[in-house]
Amino acid sequence: MTEYVVRFLVGGVVVSTFAMLGDLLRPKSFAGLFGAAPSVALGTLGIAVYQHGASYAGEQSLSMMAGAMALGIYSVVVCHLLVRARLRALPATLLSLVVWLIAAFGLWTLAGELT
Amino acid sequence: MTPIHFSLSSLREGRWYEYLIRFALGGAATVFTGLVSSRHGASIGGLFLALPAIFCASATLIEKHEIRRKREAGLTGERRGREAAALDAAGASLGAIGMLSFAGAFWLLVDSSVAAAFVGASLAWLVVSVAAWFLRRKLRSVRRLRNASGPAISRSRYS
Repeated sequence: MTEYVVRFLVGGVVVSTFAMLGDLLRPKSFAGLFGAAPSVALGTLGIAVYQHGASYAGEQSLSMMAGAMALGIYSVVVCHLLVRARLRALPATLLSLVVWLIAAFGLWTLAGELT
Repeated sequence: MTPIHFSLSSLREGRWYEYLIRFALGGAATVFTGLVSSRHGASIGGLFLALPAIFCASATLIEKHEIRRKREAGLTGERRGREAAALDAAGASLGAIGMLSFAGAFWLLVDSSVAAAFVGASLAWLVVSVAAWFLRRKLRSVRRLRNASGPAISRSRYS
């Protein structure tokens, strides 16, 4: 239980810090870089190294690459849904989570088959 | 001169519960990643390190702030709100390249030194993201210049 409380607090602080930095920066497209900051990764990898060691965190970062590529695809889809389909931000970002899941697991499976 | 600058106005626009929502979402995403890792292994858990859970909240807040600002000026602001959120998404797509560099650098360095892995990966994210943003900006300005000179050339050719 204590582990998850620590995870929650560490994750909350790191994510809020990056989000506030993004709020402060202009222009908006530059601030968007902080929307894809590795904030959850920093907290999680820190705890992973402490609890399970470097090789466990290394394994997590390897599959994080597939997640990051999926995030790129996700962001482009969100952009198109907002501009072309004229959806509001909440439905556009939530609907695109399906795209992220398909892309992330698709790339992860593909990388597994290639290695 | 660099076009990047700080603006404190967005902090004044923010409400306390919006910061609380982001804190809770960040905490929940970290807990969720930990749960996935412990149930399904490090490899599947690692995928969720790049989950755009926070992005949903950030884009929605950006749109909301923009709409609020335009409504105060007597406009609906929905189109402007969507455009602001789309700009944020465009930036996030470049940030994803930075995140990919973060993961690659961390993977390469973690076996030799944990501290070097965190520092190197964070630097890789910052340098690659900022470089990608500047490159995109440069390409857009070159394209804009070409488009501006294009019709003039065609006019001179056919006149």
